[in-house]
Amino acid sequence: MISARELTKDYGDKRAVDSLTFDVRPGIVTGFLGPNGAGKSTTMRLVLGLDRPTAGNVIVNGKPYAQHAAPLHEVGALLEARSIHTGRSARNHLRALAQTHGISRRRVEELIDLVGLHEVARVRAGKFSLGMGQRLGIATALLGDPQTVMLDEPVNGLDPEGIQWIRGLLRGLASEGRTVFVSSHLMSEMSMTADHLIVIGRGRLIADTSVHEFVAAASKDLVRVRTPDPAALQQAVTRLGGSAEADGDGVFEVAGVGAEEIGRAAAAQGIVLFELTPHQASLEEAFMEITRGELEYGHEEAVA
Amino acid sequence: MTAIPALVEPVRNVTQARVVRSEWTKFWTVRSTKWSLLIATVLTIGFPILASTIISTHWGSRSPGDRAHFNPLDPALIGSQIAQLAIGVLGVLVVTGEYSTGMIRASLTAVPKRLPVLWAKAGVFATVTLALMVPSVLIAFFASQAILSRHHASYSWQHPGVSRAVIGAGLYLGVAAIMTVGIGAILRSTAGGISAFAAIFFVLPPLMNVLPTSWNNAISPYLPSNAGRAIIQLTQDSSSLAPWTGFALFTGYALVALAAGAFVLKLRDA
Repeated sequence: MISARELTKDYGDKRAVDSLTFDVRPGIVTGFLGPNGAGKSTTMRLVLGLDRPTAGNVIVNGKPYAQHAAPLHEVGALLEARSIHTGRSARNHLRALAQTHGISRRRVEELIDLVGLHEVARVRAGKFSLGMGQRLGIATALLGDPQTVMLDEPVNGLDPEGIQWIRGLLRGLASEGRTVFVSSHLMSEMSMTADHLIVIGRGRLIADTSVHEFVAAASKDLVRVRTPDPAALQQAVTRLGGSAEADGDGVFEVAGVGAEEIGRAAAAQGIVLFELTPHQASLEEAFMEITRGELEYGHEEAVA
Repeated sequence: MTAIPALVEPVRNVTQARVVRSEWTKFWTVRSTKWSLLIATVLTIGFPILASTIISTHWGSRSPGDRAHFNPLDPALIGSQIAQLAIGVLGVLVVTGEYSTGMIRASLTAVPKRLPVLWAKAGVFATVTLALMVPSVLIAFFASQAILSRHHASYSWQHPGVSRAVIGAGLYLGVAAIMTVGIGAILRSTAGGISAFAAIFFVLPPLMNVLPTSWNNAISPYLPSNAGRAIIQLTQDSSSLAPWTGFALFTGYALVALAAGAFVLKLRDA
């Protein structure tokens, strides 16, 4: 369980996180979604006490992180930025961190096997690919068998097989009743794994809702209609209180009226329909819709 | 079927002793450690043997005045003075290497109270430095004096002040180790830390010579490296501090640097 209350962080004049209040609950995968620069990584650093909040607070499993006597057994974290000495081998990296909690070498070997780094455990981490680095970071996070797992962009740099493995791992951890908090800027990834979403933009909370509700709220329930009799359809839709936008070639995007209503009205008035398709926005589209204007850098600036 | 293998061992809390074990592992599992310590040891022992061999070979061509003023401790301890470069750089790296690679985030996530990490780093590095450098200066002393003894230009271990100066050269490096860990924690950057260390130990002392003599004499003895070297000098000139007074002051500087590093580590974002 992670609970943030009015969590705020300024870096100089720049507000990175702006009075965020949210709870991350056990037993489900909670996605932490937002464009790059939205404040996801900063929020995770605040959770771990690596950065001190300007205002507000955040507690994990009932206490501020730093007050836990054995923090690696409470929270396992993978940060987006590399947190590994490039000159040290994977095995020695894990051993050194394990020793702070008196965790055995046997446990270290278990985790090396789990993430599939056995063959390269003696190789210096500086020679690792991005994907191998992610695997080592995940091994670090799971070392203490923690109740809460917090991963920042875990699929970054992983091959398709690795991505599948992460998805399964996250679902498995949640089904064991753990709190799983995973950030991503990829909506499609979140739709594969998350049950619940916390969406932020420019450091502010935009949505705290289930994936299902998020998509429903953002999609405008458009219905695609194709007819050889455009004028009659326009009239019928307007009478029902909706609006039809011509998309050329007799195709209309109808908003504000459901597919069933359109079908009934068309039948009653003898309008021929070639196509009648309800269209639900994908998570991607929902995200773009909701975060529009919240992007740190607008499209024009990015192009300029 | 569980996602990860269950922890079958009891949960243990983070303690200072466990953090020391962790830092011990970290210390020995990067290459810079072994290289720096090897260089420090070779310099400490090798330079005195080389210097005393050269002096011994050319002893016949020395004037009686030169022979009278010759201090057999000079070649014996010259290596340890050069070795402080390697020790200082390693001390800075022990901390700044974690910042440059991002390891510090993992370290402070495991030990969020933070200060035990710094105490352990300083403790491990100072202990290793003492354990390695005190025997090294002893070897350097006995080897160089053995070479010089054929001209009766050597000191015995019993000569007044000799044992203090020789052991002191090793102790000096142990204290320098603590100070450079502190400097690393204050500055966090490798380049900045090494520059600051070089400035304090190698640039500042000769810079004092531009000051009027009276000022120079009043200030110089209190500079960290000069205060620390009081213990290494066999005889004190009028302006320098007494051996143990100087060494105590040097230790004080080192502890202040470590405390300042602790302050920065605790208060600043990682």
